[in-house]
Amino acid sequence: MTNSWTDIKNTDLVVVMGGNAAEAHPCGFKWVTEAKANRGAKLIVVDPRFTRTASVADYYAPIRQGTDIAFLLGVINHCIRNDKIQWAYTKAFTNAAYVVKEGFGWQDGLFTGYDEEKRDYNRSTWDYEIGPDGYAVVDETLQHPRCVWNLLKQHVAIYTPEMVERICGTPKDKFLKVAEMISECSSPTKTMTSMYALGWTQHSKGSQNIRAMAMLQLILGNIGVRGGGMNALRGHSNIQGLTDIGLMSNLIPGYLTIPTEREPTFDVYMSTRGFKPLRPDQMSYWQNYRKFFVSFLKSMWGDAATPENAFAYDWLPKLDVPAYDVLRAFELMHQGKMNGYFCQGFNPLLSFPNRKKITAALSKLKFLVVMDPLQTETARFWENHGANNDVNPASIQTEVIELPTTCFAEDEGSLVNSGRWLQWHWAGGTPPGEAKHDAWIMAQIHLRLKELYRKEGGPVPEPIVNLDWRYADPNEPTPEELAKELNGSAVVDITDPNDPTKVVVAKGKQLVSFAALRDDGKTACGCWIYSGCFTEAGNQMARRDNSDPDDTGAFGKWSWSWPVNRRILYNRASADVSGKPWDPSRKLLEWDGTKWTGYDVPDIAPNAKPDVVMPFIMNPEGVSRLFTRAMMRDGPFPSHYEPFESPVANVVAPKVRGNPVARVFRNDFEQFGDAKEFPYAATSYRLTEHFHFWTKHAHANAVLQPEFFVEISEELAKEKGIKKGGMVRVWSKRGSVTAKAVVTKRIKPLICDGKTVHIVGIPLHWGFIGEAKKGFGPNSLTPYVGDANIETPEYKAFLVDIEPIAGPVA
Amino acid sequence: MNMEISRRGFLAGAGAGLAGTTLGAFGFGDVEAAHAAAIRPFKLANTAETRNTCTYCSVACGIILYSKGDLKKGEKAEIIHVEGDTDHPTNRGTLCPKGAALLDIVRAKTRTLYPQVRKPGSDKFERVSWDAALDRIARLMKDDRDKNFIAKNNDGATVNRWVSTGFLAASATTNETAWATYKVVRSAGMLVFDNQARV
Repeated sequence: MTNSWTDIKNTDLVVVMGGNAAEAHPCGFKWVTEAKANRGAKLIVVDPRFTRTASVADYYAPIRQGTDIAFLLGVINHCIRNDKIQWAYTKAFTNAAYVVKEGFGWQDGLFTGYDEEKRDYNRSTWDYEIGPDGYAVVDETLQHPRCVWNLLKQHVAIYTPEMVERICGTPKDKFLKVAEMISECSSPTKTMTSMYALGWTQHSKGSQNIRAMAMLQLILGNIGVRGGGMNALRGHSNIQGLTDIGLMSNLIPGYLTIPTEREPTFDVYMSTRGFKPLRPDQMSYWQNYRKFFVSFLKSMWGDAATPENAFAYDWLPKLDVPAYDVLRAFELMHQGKMNGYFCQGFNPLLSFPNRKKITAALSKLKFLVVMDPLQTETARFWENHGANNDVNPASIQTEVIELPTTCFAEDEGSLVNSGRWLQWHWAGGTPPGEAKHDAWIMAQIHLRLKELYRKEGGPVPEPIVNLDWRYADPNEPTPEELAKELNGSAVVDITDPNDPTKVVVAKGKQLVSFAALRDDGKTACGCWIYSGCFTEAGNQMARRDNSDPDDTGAFGKWSWSWPVNRRILYNRASADVSGKPWDPSRKLLEWDGTKWTGYDVPDIAPNAKPDVVMPFIMNPEGVSRLFTRAMMRDGPFPSHYEPFESPVANVVAPKVRGNPVARVFRNDFEQFGDAKEFPYAATSYRLTEHFHFWTKHAHANAVLQPEFFVEISEELAKEKGIKKGGMVRVWSKRGSVTAKAVVTKRIKPLICDGKTVHIVGIPLHWGFIGEAKKGFGPNSLTPYVGDANIETPEYKAFLVDIEPIAGPVA
Repeated sequence: MNMEISRRGFLAGAGAGLAGTTLGAFGFGDVEAAHAAAIRPFKLANTAETRNTCTYCSVACGIILYSKGDLKKGEKAEIIHVEGDTDHPTNRGTLCPKGAALLDIVRAKTRTLYPQVRKPGSDKFERVSWDAALDRIARLMKDDRDKNFIAKNNDGATVNRWVSTGFLAASATTNETAWATYKVVRSAGMLVFDNQARV
């Protein structure tokens, strides 16, 4: 989230699209209710199903899953044509005026530079024209035909209300009503918030779904303001934290990146990370990358990371592919190229697409280690459970080691919520049986591995034997010790550059913030964006002062939020170019003539002049991007692509199947179905009574929603002779499941380009372990393809067929 | 160091004291105080209270764990009740159908209690000691790393990667666990490393 849950009360319009907060995030959704009750805010829901969020909406519009970009570009087109733009914001704070290189274009659904063989683009034209002064060329009059604004105008022109209806199945009048309500938020004194979740991410163009809304929010002037923002609701309790700390193939904590093998040395690695400003006087804060990176290396390898060995740069693994994401990992496993795998609190047998392939892949491993508080299906993938897990244990040679871990109630530490608040919690119960903390387990694995390398030697033992592990009890680092490392400390006495006799931070002391980080090895810091969370003043994440001066919703003394306790990102954009708040009744920051003051920690240097330094300080432009240059693989603007399995052809680009640069492994291509064989558009979702595959272990939740079902419209039920509560078989090209049918008015057929499209809803909470009845999940059916930029699997849009089968009728 | 404002002290500070709080911000200071006083006798007595965060979604509702026995005093603590934390700015004491049933997941019959091993081709798990399980894991890792570690690529560049074993991290563990995990996994040279963010 750019903002926070409690800030939603400040909004005028809530758009829930790609999410279902009332059911999936009920206690956060109360802030929507607050805004409606106290401010007269309106709620719009755009969703294939009439969800419980829709049931309390002021306006609901249906949409076919996988067509959000067409809808959102349609809204942008509507705003442009009707002059509903927050012009002062758009001109000053976005790259609308930047001139793009000659040669860039879009035709037949493809941007310039497409290579069909490689399924990739040459992105060299997707950039700004650079002037003789070394800065990007801008045309503040917006007259230049190749300025971003004119390219955008041209790009979205095809998404007329009629086109939106053809693609999305949203009736024109409903689309127009939504577009009009949204366009009113172009007023500087009206804000809109976007609340989205996996309904946008789990598509082969998920990143671009979100970009499309971000662009809309920018031209309406809704980023950086109270009640505005791009608010990812997020799933698990610490998915934000795990991502911040970079537990991904290609990440280093704080969104730094793991080197590739084309960057064999520290200097080569740094050579592309200079982040020189693209306009005069801009902060381009990533210019401090070297400080963050060196401090990270010091936190990994301590005294063994020296200037002489380039801070142990060699010990970081170097990538040969963009990333070993989970789809690639299981593809390699399936090919027999992986031997070992660890699952720490994760259940891929039910979470990853094409379950048949997942089972086959796990069966080829030599060993699988599962660390979990609960017995998972993955740990028992080899166990026969009849139709629910039809395997032969004798034929599976994988050694499986299951380790019991503590659960949240028995562990201490911090979790990051959707609004970037790091909240500390304490252990309240004794672990059951022999369950152990994950940190203890990881320590045991490390210490044993280190001992084996000391005793036996082996290839490149240095990164293991030199890992900084100076904890009071090496067998179990404490949460406080680890949190302090994330915050960072001085490795030696740090002196004032102007007065070397004056010690600014003494050796061993905690740093106040990342502003104190050094690129010479004098500071260590595990995760620069967390610097400030645990200082000499104590554990800031444990703060519990819930005061909120002037009821802004900031709660600045409750816990601690990254970065530097800032509650709303880009908050300098809440004021105009002269530093006055766009909306005085919703003041966040204000320029007092010499510095920024207000309710939040300024997202800019405190004395940065408002008409000189622009608000988007992480970008070398200083402004936000409507045109993303070459930073995304599938285009500098979003473009409508159908899901890989779609009931209709792509109206704007009939020859393009799916996202043209999404990675598809060869055998998976053969497993895509088409609409002739599989006529119905399926989607997956959660229920308010369940959380993924955990709550089927909880008695109360198993009672509330005991059994797997699929949800279909009355029209489809009639067409197929399916009775309410009757059993059905649902199958895709990759698998088949049986379920009870819930026949509902919440799903209605849509008309897309003249064709009736029926939708099949498949909730995801059942497996073969726990208190609920045994059942299946959507991953038995879903295709093995991910988003082109970050490989999130396409769970939200795929094709199935359905038929009634014999069985009990409720 | 404890920055906690106790809930009792917080609720006891009626009237003027409450006016500056979130509850007071509703404009119902006196009503809230009276309500708090009225329900106080029905609260659990003789239990230890621990502040925690709901383990499910990222709304991250504040919760209070009630236990028989106090972990902080070194006692064995059995959690007997979980409820929403009224001090918490986001949930203000409310919980959803998942959070309201948290006790059932803490005490689920299907919690894993002991290290177990399933041997190749076997149809059952067998209980083992922690030492046996951990020694075995370290052995399997070392053997695979020794055999498949790539120190240099074909161009002679130092790459120091190990990609025949992978690690899938959690999504509900703490930042501190995440950091310990990061250090151990990366120092071994692993690149097949991911978390639940994608799914």
